[in-house]
Amino acid sequence: MGFLDIRNVTKSYGSVKVLHEVDIEVEEGEFLVLVGPSGCGKSTLLNMIAGLEAISGGEIAIKGRVVNGVHPSKRNIAMVFQSYALYPNMTVGQNMTFGLEMHGVPKAERDVALARVAKLLQIDHLLDRKPRQLSGGQRQRVAMGRALVRNPDVFLFDEPLSNLDAKLRVDMRTEIKKLHQTLKTTIVYVTHDQIEAMTLSTRIAVMNKGYVQQLGTPKDIYDTPANVYVATFMGSPAMNIVPSTVVMQDGVPHAAITDADGAVKHLRFSQPNLAAWAGKPILLGIRPEAITDPEGADRKSGNIVALSNRVGVTEPAGSDTFVTMALSGKDIVARMRADATVAPGQIFDFAVNMEKAVAFDPATEERIAP
Amino acid sequence: MSAVTQDTAVSTGRVTRALIYLVLVLFALFYLLPLYVMGVNSVKPLSEITGGNMMALPSVWTLEPWRQAWSTAQIGVEPTGLRPYFLNSILMVVPAVAISTIIGALNGYVLTKWRFRGDTWVFGLMLFSCFIPFQIVLIPMAVVLGKLGLAGSVPGLVLVHVVYGIGFTTLYFRNYYASFPTELVRAAMIDGAGFFRIFWRILLPVSGPIAVVSVIWQFTNIWNDFLFGVSFGGTSQPMTVALNNLVQSSTGVKEYNVHFAGAILAALPTLIVYIVAGRYFVRGLMAGSVKG
Repeated sequence: MGFLDIRNVTKSYGSVKVLHEVDIEVEEGEFLVLVGPSGCGKSTLLNMIAGLEAISGGEIAIKGRVVNGVHPSKRNIAMVFQSYALYPNMTVGQNMTFGLEMHGVPKAERDVALARVAKLLQIDHLLDRKPRQLSGGQRQRVAMGRALVRNPDVFLFDEPLSNLDAKLRVDMRTEIKKLHQTLKTTIVYVTHDQIEAMTLSTRIAVMNKGYVQQLGTPKDIYDTPANVYVATFMGSPAMNIVPSTVVMQDGVPHAAITDADGAVKHLRFSQPNLAAWAGKPILLGIRPEAITDPEGADRKSGNIVALSNRVGVTEPAGSDTFVTMALSGKDIVARMRADATVAPGQIFDFAVNMEKAVAFDPATEERIAP
Repeated sequence: MSAVTQDTAVSTGRVTRALIYLVLVLFALFYLLPLYVMGVNSVKPLSEITGGNMMALPSVWTLEPWRQAWSTAQIGVEPTGLRPYFLNSILMVVPAVAISTIIGALNGYVLTKWRFRGDTWVFGLMLFSCFIPFQIVLIPMAVVLGKLGLAGSVPGLVLVHVVYGIGFTTLYFRNYYASFPTELVRAAMIDGAGFFRIFWRILLPVSGPIAVVSVIWQFTNIWNDFLFGVSFGGTSQPMTVALNNLVQSSTGVKEYNVHFAGAILAALPTLIVYIVAGRYFVRGLMAGSVKG
């Protein structure tokens, strides 16, 4: 039994089921990120944990206590909203202690808690201001402060960074991570941004169309995505998915693909279990960083395969150079060192790290290897 | 090098401009004329008015018409002046405005933040009440007031006006609260505030503009109402009815100067409300309607 248990939870509006049997156990101190496109049910799930929406089926337990039907204020949770939801008529200090006041905590204790959190978040000089006098980043801090003051069992974050500009978002991301490392609190965090999910979480639940597609550590999700959806949703640029066929050569499975000029190339797999798929079509998944110039190839990999192909488009991005080329009729992206000399139209020798290759069943789109 | 000033002014010829101002001033004078006539004639002795010169300034200034209108003029059969009726109006309008505004605010709060099955129907029906003419409800209202034992009393009039006003006040507050972020209510729920606490501490403090709209609207409508006052006023008739009785009296000499003074007295409270809160009125109307 975990600290926060989500057991077979479903949500329906009338006959429309928007969330299908979600089953997640969150340990104390974990940072769980629910990630997915809009409409995938992640915010609905968060609202059900908070008690803002009724649970249609299954149960949610916090610290072993089933909280179905329990009022939000009695679940000992705190929530940070996307719009921050600061009370416009109250000062920062009043905003942060409103919850304590409602729970009947005496003034002296409230002030102590306020001072502690304000110092932690470095907002002590803002306590007498009204929310409209604050910048976006300051509002964000106050919203987190309001959650921290209560000292709750579980923190719920509903896309807290999406209203900030790009630079501030990165700063606050680090801030939240730091805060989690210091306070070791249990956090459930909703976002549609896969980079936030990767950087912040200890575990990720990738959701789509009301289903949890995969639940695992960021590394699991990234290296061994459960299906094509997860593979393409996580990571930027997205994982290349190339239609291919498994062929046996010297008793080892290879992926047969056609290059930009129509020639068939064979890439040796590192996963022997793919022998069972010999002669059958598969979807080959390769992350852009697993296709490089030979000098940029991972030296620790035991299976670097050379692949010469005609270069389509090059996009220098400063830290890397992205190269687009055609493979089995698909445009795929390779990630080269910034200094790699590669020109459009030239035949270039790419190095493919097949240890990182993933194979999917084209019918079900589920992962079959590794 | 000197900077060149960019000419961005909308160019209008001097003649056109003068014409525009002339027309505007003429219209302003025209609209101010009734007020001028009322004011001027309320401070003249009656002989000067009947002498024929209604537009001229008084040659003898007197406040006697005002005093008479207020305290001694013949209203119906009693020589009480308008004073007791003014008091009736105040006693009716203050609670009626306060109660209808508070109920409207609560309705708006529930209809936007605590939505329930069929809430749009409830709102639609309340909205419908805004379009029911006064005359239609006279007889049913008389029956209800009679059954409640409130016929012919100030509380009866308060009830009538509250019932009639709720449709409007609900409309105002609902549209205003519709643009109020629901996340704030949710945050307050998580913070442990209850139904009334959220209303009192979170929503009401930011409801100033729409409350002003509701108060002005209700105040002018209730103060100026004649039909309900004359139908259900009984012995405690409001100012409008008394004014009618004053100016429509068909016996004796028509004391126009007293009538003018009385009419100004009857219009004064709404005028004051507009002057004090008028600019919030437009602001609140915009906030309520555009963002709804």
